[in-house]
Amino acid sequence: MPDFEPVLTANIHKPDSHTLAVYRQNGGYAAIKKVLGGMTAVEVVEVVKASGLRGRGGAGFPCGLKWSFLPKDHPGPIYMCVNADESEPGTFNNRILMELDPHQVIEGIIIGCFATRARAAYIYLRYEYPLSLRRLQAAIDECYASNLLGKNILGSDFSLDIYMHRGAAAYICGEETGLIESLEGKRAWPRIKPPFPAIEGVFRKPTVVNNIETMACVPHIINRGADWFKTMGVPSTGPRDPGSYGPKLYCISGHIERPGCYELPLGITCRELIDRHGGGVWKGRKGKAAIPGGISMGLLAESEWDTPLDFAGPGKAGCLGLGTAAVVVLDETVSMVDFLHNSCRFFAHESCGQCTPCREGTSWSERILARIKAGQGRLKDLDLLLGIAGAIGIMPGTTICGLADGAAWPIKNAINKFRDEFESYIRQTNPSGADRQEPAEALELVGLGAH
Amino acid sequence: MSTTDAAPVLTPEMRQEICALFPRYPTKQAVTLPALHIVNEQLRCVPMRAIPEIAALLELSPAQVHDTLSFYGFFKHEPCGKVRAWVCRSISCALRGGEDVLAALGEKLHVHPGETTPDGKVTLEFGECLGLCDFAPAMLAGEKVFKNMSVDKVDEVAALLQAQAD
Repeated sequence: MPDFEPVLTANIHKPDSHTLAVYRQNGGYAAIKKVLGGMTAVEVVEVVKASGLRGRGGAGFPCGLKWSFLPKDHPGPIYMCVNADESEPGTFNNRILMELDPHQVIEGIIIGCFATRARAAYIYLRYEYPLSLRRLQAAIDECYASNLLGKNILGSDFSLDIYMHRGAAAYICGEETGLIESLEGKRAWPRIKPPFPAIEGVFRKPTVVNNIETMACVPHIINRGADWFKTMGVPSTGPRDPGSYGPKLYCISGHIERPGCYELPLGITCRELIDRHGGGVWKGRKGKAAIPGGISMGLLAESEWDTPLDFAGPGKAGCLGLGTAAVVVLDETVSMVDFLHNSCRFFAHESCGQCTPCREGTSWSERILARIKAGQGRLKDLDLLLGIAGAIGIMPGTTICGLADGAAWPIKNAINKFRDEFESYIRQTNPSGADRQEPAEALELVGLGAH
Repeated sequence: MSTTDAAPVLTPEMRQEICALFPRYPTKQAVTLPALHIVNEQLRCVPMRAIPEIAALLELSPAQVHDTLSFYGFFKHEPCGKVRAWVCRSISCALRGGEDVLAALGEKLHVHPGETTPDGKVTLEFGECLGLCDFAPAMLAGEKVFKNMSVDKVDEVAALLQAQAD
């Protein structure tokens, strides 16, 4: 779009955009020169803080603030873990960055490590991205050969090693403490916090965990300044919202004319993204709903598509948040029963099994949805599902990590926003048994709340 | 004291490759996942008998290695086919017919998800979001990406998978 000049994707369409030579031709590694040429670690943290950069991985935590939580004057080692375990359904923007501009990511990591005094960084990459693995490893090798990694980078006293670490197809490894456990060679069971990773992370040392897209923003902030970064996006909308600044890689998939990854300033509305950039709902059909930022964020009904996709927007429409800003469009033909079954099946498969409410709640939800789908649903199942959804997760205080909140949100949004459809499906497919009560309900075993 | 005469599962090359990773991490346990990948790449599985051998290299108990291995459904004890193909069943692909493609491909290859064709060539699996939503429905076969699949293309895809295995 002519009204926005891409930042993170400025070079991805150029031939050999993944190589050091092309990255340099386009101004690459100027930021690291600037940093090593006279900035202190504290100054780098302050610039990133001032830019308002918030984590792009889903939680939206302010990046500079996260860096400042590391203990001062720690003897080390301090580690950086780069979360490249992009697994949230509908999300593929990190893949685009890693495949097509890996040096931009690496430069951000080098600067991030300088700022946090980390001397080793591990890029935890999901197994399903073999090309990203090759491209990142090749970029790392080029950097070692050009004194951009290793000992005394560009003649300075700053040294850094970056290692690739490959996952094994488990969604939970994208949760930062699950990632840390997995990196340590254990099952990826998220840790109880505190201690937070900044105090005790990987190998029991202070650790910062950052997302790929977040790191890709960092060189641009160094080169062009915090004020420039803040010219994109939207300011704070309330006391607990630090604002949504900078460019964002929005993904659009599902029932859309032109699926893809579109770089736009934070705050574009869901409708604008779908109609103007994605070419509209496919086949000339009407839209029914859209996932605003990966499936765990829930659903925006079509009537809510004017919601801005900034960090605060989707939450105001009852969604869990902006998440990964991966929009998945559902057209008017989609059965909400099918949608919710797909969602529940995903989370039942990916629950790590550590916390009972999540392990049991996700699989129970899947079984109920499978039963409804098969024509044996009962009207009571809808409240039962809402009961489960309200009882699993960090918010009700029953789980260690947020996976269950992500499992619960599609259930809450789908049933609360499309209840009529679920009810009529159940009445039509199971007219005689729609009101049957199960023994567990008679025994009042369905209340799962925290005690 | 070993009383077994069975030949080791890990080749000297695998051992070398595993040990070469030690300097990257402050603990040897961190090499668990990389070691499992090294064995899996070569053998298309991680046999039970490999576990004590990996554990010995990493100075862990076999139970620790097995605990980690068993968490990741990715690692199997029996060999997968020469090509392992994951058809995505998550939402973006499902909305565009991914589950129909998975079913049709299974029918064509006469296997259910998780099974290997009798000739040992292809293991068909379902995948959860492969991050290829812009090409939905999508499949990852080894390192090869199949984009914009459809039930109509299943014969062609099956032939390509067989060829990839040869």
